[in-house]
Amino acid sequence: MDYFIELFCSGLTRGSIYALIALGYTMVYGIIGLINFAHGEIYMIGAFTSFIVATVLSIYGFPLAAIVVVAGVAAAIWSSAYGYTVEKIAYKPLRHAPRLAPLISAIGMSILLQNYVLLAQTSDFLPFPELIPEFAFMEPIAHIIGSSDIVILLTTTVVMLALTFLIKFTRIGKAMRATAQDRTMALLVGINVDRVISATFIIGSALAAIGGLLIASHIGQINFAIGFIAGIKAFTAAVLGGIVYSGSCSGEPDSGPDRKFCHRLYFQ
Amino acid sequence: MITVKEVKRSLLVSLWFVFLTFPLMVIKVNPYERTVSWRWSNMVYVAIGTFVISLLAKAWFVRKERRMARQQDSCHARIPIIQRILQRPGYRYPLAAFLLGAVLAFPHLFSTYQANIMTTALMYIVLGLGLNIVVGVAGLLDLGYVAFYAVGAYSYALLNLHFGLGFWTVLPVGGLLAALFGVLLGFPVLRLRGDYLAIVTLGFGEIIRLILENWNAFSKGPSGISNIPRPGFFGLEMSLDQAMIYMYYLMIGLLLVTIFVVNRLQDSRLGRAWLALREDEIACQAMGIDKTRTKLIAFSLGAFWAGLIGVIFAAKTTFVNPASFTFMESAIILSIVVLGGMGSIVGVILGALILVLLPEYLRALSEYRMLAFGAILVAMMIFKPEGLIANVRRIYCYQGRKSNTALKNDE
Repeated sequence: MDYFIELFCSGLTRGSIYALIALGYTMVYGIIGLINFAHGEIYMIGAFTSFIVATVLSIYGFPLAAIVVVAGVAAAIWSSAYGYTVEKIAYKPLRHAPRLAPLISAIGMSILLQNYVLLAQTSDFLPFPELIPEFAFMEPIAHIIGSSDIVILLTTTVVMLALTFLIKFTRIGKAMRATAQDRTMALLVGINVDRVISATFIIGSALAAIGGLLIASHIGQINFAIGFIAGIKAFTAAVLGGIVYSGSCSGEPDSGPDRKFCHRLYFQ
Repeated sequence: MITVKEVKRSLLVSLWFVFLTFPLMVIKVNPYERTVSWRWSNMVYVAIGTFVISLLAKAWFVRKERRMARQQDSCHARIPIIQRILQRPGYRYPLAAFLLGAVLAFPHLFSTYQANIMTTALMYIVLGLGLNIVVGVAGLLDLGYVAFYAVGAYSYALLNLHFGLGFWTVLPVGGLLAALFGVLLGFPVLRLRGDYLAIVTLGFGEIIRLILENWNAFSKGPSGISNIPRPGFFGLEMSLDQAMIYMYYLMIGLLLVTIFVVNRLQDSRLGRAWLALREDEIACQAMGIDKTRTKLIAFSLGAFWAGLIGVIFAAKTTFVNPASFTFMESAIILSIVVLGGMGSIVGVILGALILVLLPEYLRALSEYRMLAFGAILVAMMIFKPEGLIANVRRIYCYQGRKSNTALKNDE
């Protein structure tokens, strides 16, 4: 039974991180109907940026709390910037092209980003600094669930609640839902569709970056190729959790929990 | 043509890219020795590079727009110069004869090493032509094409290992097995198209590779199977050099057969059905084309060529292991088709030659090879979605009131 709970907890942790990445897939798919193959790479770039920033800061001797915050923010900023740029370069000119074209350019972008990181950094596995310490109060149950699991679960919960709030109650969220339902109609009622699409990419990429930071510090090492597998797993999660009906974006944040659940099952 | 506004815009773009690439390009940390190196020079390269690229891209779009505007008056599609030459029988046959002569004489003019590289290029041409049937002609994006290649290679390796079957026996068997797998993959994905099809085929490719990697009792796992015999020629003993040259001629023969078959197929009833399927599935069904049959034939024919080349690959390298059949291989074959021009045979040949021979001769740049692949895929889709040599589509156009007949552009 203990073993089951242990597995359950670690499955829940991993599943919630993949749910974060999967949200990026679903949001983009819901709005422009494209499987963003480069999303896994955005996640990898988020992890790499946070790795670089965290290591530099720890070399210069900053306190742990500052490192965590700065690395997280930097990862989110740069990932969003990459997501935004990828959309502008690889998908926007192809918005009216045949369906095959953006898909191929997405695959190309994924290969390009992977090899860019490989050439700019290294092909070796790098040790990721431990950003989440072992809390003292966690001692009694540490054999079942680690401190990093707790932190990951809390973070993803908060992020998902924030996303739900954003999509349900803010102006941009409403615009996103409208665009997902009918892009032409959204354009007609005065929504700046280009900006909504950019916003979607930025939000999805920031979520992926947070996922990247969390999972990299959980596993403890990163490499330029982690994006591909994570992307496939997250995509599986997105499909299981319901990319199928994501023609309307409203079902999206709600499917977060069952996506997590699917992943829980998948990992056990 | 380049205005101040454009320059300003390009400057902004290059500034943005400097910001974007800052952490990855400039900072390099060594977590073991805890040192940081700042590579500021990279920043300058990025700035200059993106500035130039952004200007060039803008210039291209301006030119393209002008051309489009000009083209709207005349309904004749612009035919690329290579195709115009190829269309004239006066040029066509001497050119073909010259090429054939050059190709046949190649191993005697250059070293065996060169012939070996050329053999690889020829293999990729055939793979590209096979994938071209699926992706270019029938419009089914197949990201797991390498799986069929693996099926062919492993069928030769395993049949030879267990039953001692020779190359010539296994060659058709490998092709047929791959075609069978093509049908197996084809059935569940019949109803899918576009992205979903891509995902399923991607998954299929990974499944085959993972099975080969993990089922040790069946495929000997990651260590692979070695000592696969080269193809024989009526029991003749051959040295390594001779075997290489023999392999080369074998590939030439296979390539000629492939080109012949693919060329004939494109104009056949089946080829027309594929084109129709690519353009509009619903209209195609309304015209009475059996969608199931057409799709399955496309998958199995495409897979058949991959299986044949798989057998030849196993015979050429005398060693197979799952690492040769990764997703990257599929991506390379796909980029051959995309770069060359989807649906066009000359284009695929050109694409394969460029993508295989360039990295061979530019060894110094070989680490940039995959980077270039990615960039080529993206750039081709943005700038020239029809490929290097476009497959000219038949266009019917209305000539006005003078003659109420539709005029057909030559292909």
